[in-house]
Amino acid sequence: MILVGELSLWVALLMATWAATVSFAGGYQGRRDLVASGERGIYATLAMIVLAALGLWTAIFTHDFSFKYVASFTSANLPKAYLFTSFWAGQAGSLLFWCLILAIYSAIAVYTNRTRNRALMPYVSGTLAVVMIFFLATMCLGANPFERLDWIPPDGRGMNPQLQNPGMAIHPPNLYLGYVGTTIPFAFAIAALLTRRLDAEWLAAVRKWTLLAWFFNTTGILLGMWWAYVELGWGGYWAWDPVENASLLPWLVNTAFLHSIMVQEKRGMLRKWNVTLVVSTFLLAIFGTFITRSGVISSVHSFAQSPVGKWFAGFLILAIIVTAYLVTTRLKDLEAKAELESMVSREAAFLYNNLVLVGIAFSVLWGTLFPIITEAVRGEKITVGPPFFNAVNIPLGLLLLLLTGIGPLIAWRRASVANLQRQFLGPVIALITAPFILLIFGMRDVTAIIAYAFAAFVAMTVVQEFYKGIGARRRMYKEGVAQAFTHLIARNRRRYGGYIVHMGVVVIFCAFAGLAFKRENDLTLKPGDSRDVVDPFGHKWTFVSQGISRYDALNRQVTAVALDVSRDGKPAGVMSSEKRQHVDSRGQPTFEPSTEVGIRGSFQQDVYLVLAGVREDESAEIRVTFNPLVRWVWIGGALMAIGGLIVMWPQAKRRGVQAGYAATMHPSPTPEPARELVEA
Amino acid sequence: MKARTKFISGGLIVLGTAGYLMASSIRDTAVYYLTPAELSAKTVSDPTFYDTGVKVGARVVPGSIVRQPGGRQVAFAMTDGAKSYNVIYRGITPDTFTDGVDVVVEGRLSRDGTFHATTLLAKCASRYENAPQKGDDHYKSTPGYRATVNKA
Repeated sequence: MILVGELSLWVALLMATWAATVSFAGGYQGRRDLVASGERGIYATLAMIVLAALGLWTAIFTHDFSFKYVASFTSANLPKAYLFTSFWAGQAGSLLFWCLILAIYSAIAVYTNRTRNRALMPYVSGTLAVVMIFFLATMCLGANPFERLDWIPPDGRGMNPQLQNPGMAIHPPNLYLGYVGTTIPFAFAIAALLTRRLDAEWLAAVRKWTLLAWFFNTTGILLGMWWAYVELGWGGYWAWDPVENASLLPWLVNTAFLHSIMVQEKRGMLRKWNVTLVVSTFLLAIFGTFITRSGVISSVHSFAQSPVGKWFAGFLILAIIVTAYLVTTRLKDLEAKAELESMVSREAAFLYNNLVLVGIAFSVLWGTLFPIITEAVRGEKITVGPPFFNAVNIPLGLLLLLLTGIGPLIAWRRASVANLQRQFLGPVIALITAPFILLIFGMRDVTAIIAYAFAAFVAMTVVQEFYKGIGARRRMYKEGVAQAFTHLIARNRRRYGGYIVHMGVVVIFCAFAGLAFKRENDLTLKPGDSRDVVDPFGHKWTFVSQGISRYDALNRQVTAVALDVSRDGKPAGVMSSEKRQHVDSRGQPTFEPSTEVGIRGSFQQDVYLVLAGVREDESAEIRVTFNPLVRWVWIGGALMAIGGLIVMWPQAKRRGVQAGYAATMHPSPTPEPARELVEA
Repeated sequence: MKARTKFISGGLIVLGTAGYLMASSIRDTAVYYLTPAELSAKTVSDPTFYDTGVKVGARVVPGSIVRQPGGRQVAFAMTDGAKSYNVIYRGITPDTFTDGVDVVVEGRLSRDGTFHATTLLAKCASRYENAPQKGDDHYKSTPGYRATVNKA
């Protein structure tokens, strides 16, 4: 099985090469037999890559330590679940994993389009095959997961304990599913550019794929944040590290595209812009992978310096040149079919939304690449840190939040005064009253007050939309509130799913703003010592050390501190934090010691306890952090994911729905059907 | 004024603001990222590099880590092979901080030649890529090896 897997990697490379060649040739010459052969080539590539993946999994599960990969990332005593996930724990395996997802996506794209988009499909398969060739060649020649050692170690190194966490097990696959998902829209964009069929056809074909990529990118980033928060012990979830930024960049541009695509559907505008966004999303995903794998930019997350970086850099440069050539030679075919009519319109709001999203992406990219740029220009590396990203992105983020409220409610083309009054009276009242309420409650942080005011504005727009929609359904169909609510969403998934995503964004912004009130306290407590600390909400917390315990667990030596906690004099349970030294069965230490944080969460705040060390007199050095509203990050993230799922969920083929959908693919002055329902 | 012109001017205001924010925050927060040798050269040519915030990437000299009891403060030496500095860091060290790892410290070099770090990032090159070396008898002690031996 392993040998089969090893060989099938090479066969897959051949198959992909075949698929690329005949697909492009078939498309160019209009030969159906070649096109069909190319599509079969895509399926064959998938089959070969599946075999290769099964081969690697077999090697891992049978503990064949003659393979460098297996010996490097697993050990005989690693739990089964982590044996499974060790597939993507290292460079070569994660490349194979990436390739596996790409092959599955490609086969699905080819299969679902077997009777549709026929003019585009040869070039779509061709482009997908080329991307697969790149990954397969990188593996076969650069980082082969089946590379053998010249000796057989009796056992492997095992998996880094920090990676032995459920969050770490599902975060990378999510991120990969998101990253790889950008390849399909990219392939369609390239096909549309090559064939000059740049109308609504290709956009309709990629919308679902873009959403899919967005969905996984979103969940991937959030899972990464959660993992960092519970596992790394520095008390936060986002550090503006280059690798974190790399995952954010495609997300930002993809989000911009998901909005601007609506402008093209409705008004036929932004055609060049949309192609550029789709292509950029893919390029940024590749760029992100390059950053993570090349060691070009120093990051705590990065893989070791490796030759794979060169492959990625080469592919990136090639892809940029090809797409830039294609876009610039087709500018004439991408002329807008309509013009902006008024600044007070949905188009304008979406345009600004795009501008801000791309602006944020640009500043993040600039900040990430700054050391490289300054080294190239001045010969000196100069870095920027979190203060830079915060200074730029907090104002831009707030502007984006405000637009989140304006965009969905303002009319297309030109908003009338009546439209503005009807839609924005409630939200503006919320915008104005929120700061006063916060001031009365004693909040003084200006940025946070602005953030909460904007959040109130956006939340009000969403609530108002649901309120009106439910009211209309209750009047027209005599439905109950709950039924009206579910039907409202089910019948207008794209619109109300979008609102739910926006609500998630509001919740997350509120949680981010809560960071302004974070408080850190460093305490040294002898057993029996008691210390009082005041949290950001004015409550008094008392921590009493119960002392240090040391004990051996299954595969680790644990040093733990336990604290009796009370809040305003009322007992609030026991919190503990551990230092763990992972050991093998002879008691020899493996890996560096790791910290297990103690978190006492509530909707108000997390109390975050880290044991820094223990002194000789048994006093514990601890850090207690009050992290306000952190739980709302995860709640907001869940809302975004749920909203995304609702938008993506296949719309049942019901009367009128298909027609209504198709009609929106062309510029038309007719308002959406749903809007009439609301305004009736 | 046409809507398009209005939009473009609005867009320019947005981008201008973003650009201004970027430029000003780079001016205020950017720091040099140097190796110990480069930092040493800088301080020779320009004494203002003492007591200025800089970032230094180097390797921890094995055996040099001295933790104050309790672990709140740590002293160690870092080097790039050409030049070494003693570092004092107050704070919680990351789990990956140990002998021989690559670290990035941010802080100030005082005139006595000690680097006072305010942040400390540790990166372990072997963290992700750590194939066993031949003759490394570490493996004889792992549970997997013992299980195999017992079976045989």
